[in-house]
Amino acid sequence: MSPRRLPPPAGTRLDRTRSVSFAFNGRKYSGFRGDTLASALFANGVKLVGRSFKLHRPRGIYSCGIEEPSGLVDIGAGGRRTPNVRASVVEIYEGLVAESVNCWPSVGFDLGALNSWFSAALPAGFYYKTFKWPGWRLFEPTIRRMAGLGRASRERDPDRYEEIAESVDVLVVGGGIAGLAAAISAAEGGARVMLLTSAPVLGGALGCRSDPQVLTLIAKSQNLGIRILTRTMAFGVYDHNLVCARQLVDGDARTPSQAGGALRERLWKIRARSVIAATGAFERPMVFPDNDRPGVMLAGAAEKYAHAYGVACGSRVVIAANSDRAYSIGSTLREFGVEVAAIVDCRAGSQVRVDRQACGEIVIANNAVIASVSGTHAVQGCSVASAGGSNGKIRHYDCDLILSAGGYAPAVHLHSQAGGKLRWHDEAAMFVPDGLASAIVSVGACAGVFSREHALNHAFSVGAALARGTPVPEAPVGGAGRSLVNTHVPRKGAKQFIDLQNDVTADDVALAARENYRSIEHLKRYTTTGMGTDQGKTSNINALVLMGEQIGRAPPAVGTTKFRPPFAPVTMGVFAGRRIGALYRPLKRLPAQSWHEARGAVFEEYGGWWRPAAYPMPGESLEAAALREATGTRKNAGIFDATPLGKLEIFGPDAGHFLDLMYVGTPSTLAIGQARYGLLLNENGIVVDDGIVARLGEQHFWVNTTSGGVERTAAAFEEWLQCEFVGLKVAVTPVTSRWANITIAGPHAWDWLAEAGFDPALAPHRMKHMNVMASQYEGVPLRVLRASFSGELAYEVNAPVNRVRSLFDRLWALASRFNAVPYGIEALQTLRIEKGYIHIGTDTDGTTLPGDIGFGRSIDHKGANFVGRRSLSRPAAQDPNRLQLVALAPADGRTLLPVGGQIAQARPPTPTEGHVTSSVMSAALGRPIALAMLARGSKRTGERVRVHHLGKSVEADVVTAPFFDPQGLRLRG
Amino acid sequence: MMHLACPWCGVRDEPEFVCGGTTHIARPAPDASDHEWGEYLFFRDNPKGLHHERWRHAYGCGQWFNVARDTVTHEVFSVYGIGESAP
Repeated sequence: MSPRRLPPPAGTRLDRTRSVSFAFNGRKYSGFRGDTLASALFANGVKLVGRSFKLHRPRGIYSCGIEEPSGLVDIGAGGRRTPNVRASVVEIYEGLVAESVNCWPSVGFDLGALNSWFSAALPAGFYYKTFKWPGWRLFEPTIRRMAGLGRASRERDPDRYEEIAESVDVLVVGGGIAGLAAAISAAEGGARVMLLTSAPVLGGALGCRSDPQVLTLIAKSQNLGIRILTRTMAFGVYDHNLVCARQLVDGDARTPSQAGGALRERLWKIRARSVIAATGAFERPMVFPDNDRPGVMLAGAAEKYAHAYGVACGSRVVIAANSDRAYSIGSTLREFGVEVAAIVDCRAGSQVRVDRQACGEIVIANNAVIASVSGTHAVQGCSVASAGGSNGKIRHYDCDLILSAGGYAPAVHLHSQAGGKLRWHDEAAMFVPDGLASAIVSVGACAGVFSREHALNHAFSVGAALARGTPVPEAPVGGAGRSLVNTHVPRKGAKQFIDLQNDVTADDVALAARENYRSIEHLKRYTTTGMGTDQGKTSNINALVLMGEQIGRAPPAVGTTKFRPPFAPVTMGVFAGRRIGALYRPLKRLPAQSWHEARGAVFEEYGGWWRPAAYPMPGESLEAAALREATGTRKNAGIFDATPLGKLEIFGPDAGHFLDLMYVGTPSTLAIGQARYGLLLNENGIVVDDGIVARLGEQHFWVNTTSGGVERTAAAFEEWLQCEFVGLKVAVTPVTSRWANITIAGPHAWDWLAEAGFDPALAPHRMKHMNVMASQYEGVPLRVLRASFSGELAYEVNAPVNRVRSLFDRLWALASRFNAVPYGIEALQTLRIEKGYIHIGTDTDGTTLPGDIGFGRSIDHKGANFVGRRSLSRPAAQDPNRLQLVALAPADGRTLLPVGGQIAQARPPTPTEGHVTSSVMSAALGRPIALAMLARGSKRTGERVRVHHLGKSVEADVVTAPFFDPQGLRLRG
Repeated sequence: MMHLACPWCGVRDEPEFVCGGTTHIARPAPDASDHEWGEYLFFRDNPKGLHHERWRHAYGCGQWFNVARDTVTHEVFSVYGIGESAP
């Protein structure tokens, strides 16, 4: 056992029969199961743990918990590397590898310490005033690289994270004496209770020293059906009493040798009727010169290291005090064999309510403060002076540990996140909850109740009241003794730290006050106090007290900064849960995907669907395949999977009238079996979707939308029906996932279908273009629509999804007779651009009106007040200079016009007259063609324009569309 | 993440719903002035406190309903039918 280890009964959290070996900065050490990295390092005599953020000052462990500002390490390697872990919280496991952050080449010899020499030039907010000439951009990359502490991994995290939802009557956050009491009485009152503690065991602070009353409560809590989760930190309160917590799954699972996939952490989303906050209190640090040296710690932390982890943080200690707690801690440490050289109390003797006799021969100095600390890599001693100022005797003490007992800071975070107010309790100089916050009740130290008896009674009655639904008693605040508001004595020379993590000193706070910052939120952001990964848990109160002193305001008038979740840092993985990789954005797949794969399809994502871009032959590029497929379709026949096309069935006596209100076009005048192209606008008149509307029956319509727009369109239809046109009798049913769509296109399209045995009633001379018919094929019900996006004779054969794969097979078996090819999206783009057909969202954007794409005239004849109609008569909609759809061809007949290329006569910078929207090499014409939006475009046919893109420009001619088969003879069949 | 009571399905988490903004807004007649039409399209009040709004249970029953909610505390005062007037 190392000389710093204390014998049992100290070390209540240790299992001394299980030794654990770990590495820190490349050296091997050992500890016990139950040790944190911090306690194990103390046991091994390691004092120097890291370097501070800005000034690279040597730092050690400061606390024994989640509030640790200085003892940060990076743990693990590769994809499991976690940066900025608090050494005081992470439990060691066999093979743990940890390294110091923010230092190079080592924590002992850090080149960054040079910053300390320039500290005068690096006060708070220095980057607002310096590094400006010749330009901030010169210095920014270097300064940004130096910022930050740990290093994050760039590899994929191999472990798993889960999310789980729970609903309870009473949620208790905190497993100390008050939390246990409240949970027990709520459970005894019949409530379903859940209790969370971030510690590995129940009991809280008192549990660490095996307090018998707490042990009894722990035993009682196990038999009442309370759901207890340890290592589970509640980090936020959200709307309507949702509490989110992060659970660490047991450490054994995290051994580095294990292959990935182990469950590491869980996110709990807990809805509770009532929440009890029993989160305890943090300790306020004392502010004195060089109060950041390794060996300066919080007093309660040293006590906890002794009780819970069986380790002495030093051998000879001086305690700087502003709280009666210092005395009991001094006694405790003495009992463990630590020499207590002095208690330096800044208060007058009359303010101390402790039995002096119990402290024996400990030297006690009142109205005294620490004036200086000696030692840089470790505390070696300190000097003590009168609190009044520079006059008076100065005494020196040798010591290797300086403890800070500055008072209490109740952990009011959950209460405040929920909107609860705070009030200042002057006697103990702390903020306590003022009243309740929605359904959150605070008990114990976090409510400001420090008398054990009062806390127990209050917690018991709160639990019972919440279980019964009766009003909750007020918290009996008090029992914390007397603490002075401000202990800081201004001194020239050595730095007095307020925020250890961000290197914010008392001088920085004074600077902010001098520069006329008054709001606490400005103080925070200007000095960065409270903005580190510790979120100011050991600095916020001192900062606002000091600020108040500077600007002449009492702490309640200064106020606190806004409390926001998370309470402490939470891993990204926990929020992502299982929504990663393939599950991050699940794609929709074609029912006949295996058929496409068998044909050699290369898939890409289009509008959330996984679709064939093309079907390249071995050695063929995607572009060449698309050209071949387009040519083959125009020459013979092609087969295409159009299943993603949106499909809606509209039923009802008012269906036709309703569609007149939704569409540009008059669907109600369609005869049964007839179909028409329609545009959908929003109320702003903008074109948002297009598609074919077909009439299947008197009260039955079949509506196609774009593949990306069907959900949006169905939702819009529902909104109009439910919220505005409430009297109409219409039912809208989305059926995209029920009907698959095989499109056969080309001069031999019908020959192919006839050969397969399709109903002769579908033949081109019998079923006209833009007609729809119900049919069947070998017992499979079909809806066949003659419509064409390719410009060829085309049949869209809609079949139930569970029959489409065999239909593909049946048709493909006959393909060779017609030299038919499968064609993908890329070929389809070529075909449709050749015909001048638009694609919503590609050729149109959020400003495009129907008149801009050639549908202006059809509106004048319409009767109904369709969606967006009123917007089309606004002045902007009538502006002749609007962008209009045109066809372009490169002047040299060779250069592919760049999509997004800006059209303007002069060289940039110049106002643009429009842009290229679609561009492709035409298979049919053997030259590039394009579509564009151009100001006054409809009047500029024959004009030569310049297209600019990335520094180059190309000349193009405005021509007429369609480029191919302008009469549309081919699609009549 | 709020907990909203769909009149048909009961209390569900907020991600199941889509908010439709302020409710009780009448669509102006086709002869509305440009100003009136612009107000309808682009202008909404943003009250601190009581707000009447409509929600759709998009990932549930798909029905629209009205909610009277405090925009600061999120307290829901009432849930009522889409055609009904504010209670």
